[in-house]
Amino acid sequence: MKNKSLVSIHDITKDDYEKILNLAEKFEANPRQKILDNFVVATLFFEPSTRTRLSFESAASQLGARVIGFSDASTSSVKKGESLKDTILTVSNYSDVIIMRHPREGSARYASEVSPVPVINAGDGANQHPTQCLLDLYSIRKTQKSLENLHIAFIGDLKYGRTVHSLVIALTHYNTTFHLVSPVELKLPSSVKRFIKEKNLEYHQYTELEEVIPKVDILYMTRIQQERFADSLDYERVKNAYILKNKMLENAKKNLRVLHPLPRVNEITEDVDSNPKAYYFNQAKNGVFVRQAILATILGVNISN
Amino acid sequence: MAKQNIRIQKTNIKLSGSERKELKVSAIENGTVIDHIPPQSVFQVIRILGLDNIPNQIMIGTNLDSQKFGKKGIIKVSNKYFESEEINKIALVAPSATLIVIKDYTVVYKAKVEIPDNIKKIVKCINPNCITNHENIPTKFIVIDKADLQLQCHYCEKITKKEVMNFI
Repeated sequence: MKNKSLVSIHDITKDDYEKILNLAEKFEANPRQKILDNFVVATLFFEPSTRTRLSFESAASQLGARVIGFSDASTSSVKKGESLKDTILTVSNYSDVIIMRHPREGSARYASEVSPVPVINAGDGANQHPTQCLLDLYSIRKTQKSLENLHIAFIGDLKYGRTVHSLVIALTHYNTTFHLVSPVELKLPSSVKRFIKEKNLEYHQYTELEEVIPKVDILYMTRIQQERFADSLDYERVKNAYILKNKMLENAKKNLRVLHPLPRVNEITEDVDSNPKAYYFNQAKNGVFVRQAILATILGVNISN
Repeated sequence: MAKQNIRIQKTNIKLSGSERKELKVSAIENGTVIDHIPPQSVFQVIRILGLDNIPNQIMIGTNLDSQKFGKKGIIKVSNKYFESEEINKIALVAPSATLIVIKDYTVVYKAKVEIPDNIKKIVKCINPNCITNHENIPTKFIVIDKADLQLQCHYCEKITKKEVMNFI
C-alpha cells in the first residue's frame, strides 16, 4: 500500500486489513513515536467533520508530522470557485499525503487520480469512509480476540449508512453471521446483501431490537435520521424502537460489546455508558491508532519494534 | 445511370442476400452501415453519435422488414468510420446492431456491436451527488451486467440502470 491512495474498502484485500490492524496494535502500545517528523500531512475538509479531522490530526501529530489544511470549505479558495482538481494539485505541492473529506460521492477517487501524492478518503458523501471501517474491524478484533465466526448485529439505518455497508462487506471475509435489525423502510440494500450471498454466509433480518441482543457478539448501533422518512409519522413510529437502554443488555452474552460510529443522538441512552459492554468511546480512540497505521503504511515508514 | 447499376450489382455480390431490401435506401461507396437497429432506437443512435451535426451524406431507414427482428432500422453514413468509443455508444442503445464497414462498395468489416467492459465519457452518472455531475470530469463506468445493462460508476460506485441511462 506504500504510496497508494486509500479511497474505498474495495481497494484493499483481507491481507491489507490484517497488516494495518497488526500495525495499529503496535501504535496502541506506543502511540507517540516521532517517525513522521519529516512529513507534512494535509487535511482538506470540504465539509466539516470535527471528529474525523481531529482523529486524523491527532494520529499525525503524535507521530511528529506537521499538519496543514482547512476544516471547512467556506474558509478556502473553494468558495471562490476553484475546481477540486486545482485545489488538489496545489495542496499536493505542499504535502506528502492528502486526507480529504468531501460532500460529493466519488470526489476522493477523482482526487486520487489527479494527485501526485496519495489521498486518504475521510468520507466522500454517502459513499466510502474506509478508515472508519478499519477502525471498526480493529475494535471488533480487539474485543473478541478474533474476527472469525462472530455473530454481529447491525441496528438502525442499514439502507443509507455507509459505515454499515463497508463494514458488512469487509466482514464477509471472516465467516460472520449477520443479524440485521431495521425498520422495513431502511433495510440493507440488495447491492450489499449480494456480498453476503456470494460468500454463502447467513443473515437474519429483524424489526425488533430486543430479540437479537442475546444472540450476538457485537451490537453495532447507528442513528436513524428523520430526513430519511418521507412521512414524519413513519419516523415517529420507528424512532423509539431502536433505542438501546442499559437494562436491555441484561441477557447479553458476556463478551458482547456495543459499537457506534458516533455521533450518538438518543439511540443509546446514557445509562449504557457506564456498562463495561459499552465500547463506542474506546472505538473512537482506536481510530487514532488505526489512522497512524494507515499513515505509516502509505508513507512507507517502518517502526522499530 | 450506368454507374448506379454497377454500384447495386457490386453491392449485391459483396453483401449478404438480405441486403436487397436495404438497397431501398441505396448503397454507399465508402463509409459505415449500422444495421439491425431496433426501430425505436434509430433516432437515439443518430443523436448520441452526433450524426445530426456532421456534413457527411447519411441515409436513414426505419421500420424496414427484417428476417431476424421483424422490423429494423438502418443508418448508412458515407465517408465515416467510427472510433471504438463511438461504437460502444451504439452498443448501449442498440445492442442488436451490426456494424458494417464499406470501402469501395466492398464490406471490409462486419460484426455485431458489443457492450464493452468499461464505458467512458458517454453516459451520465445517475447519482445527482456524484462528483462527475459537479466538476468537469469525464465519466467512467464498469459494466457489471451486460444482459440487463447495469453500469457502476468508477467514482461514486452507484449503479446506473438501463431505464434511467442518460447520454452526454
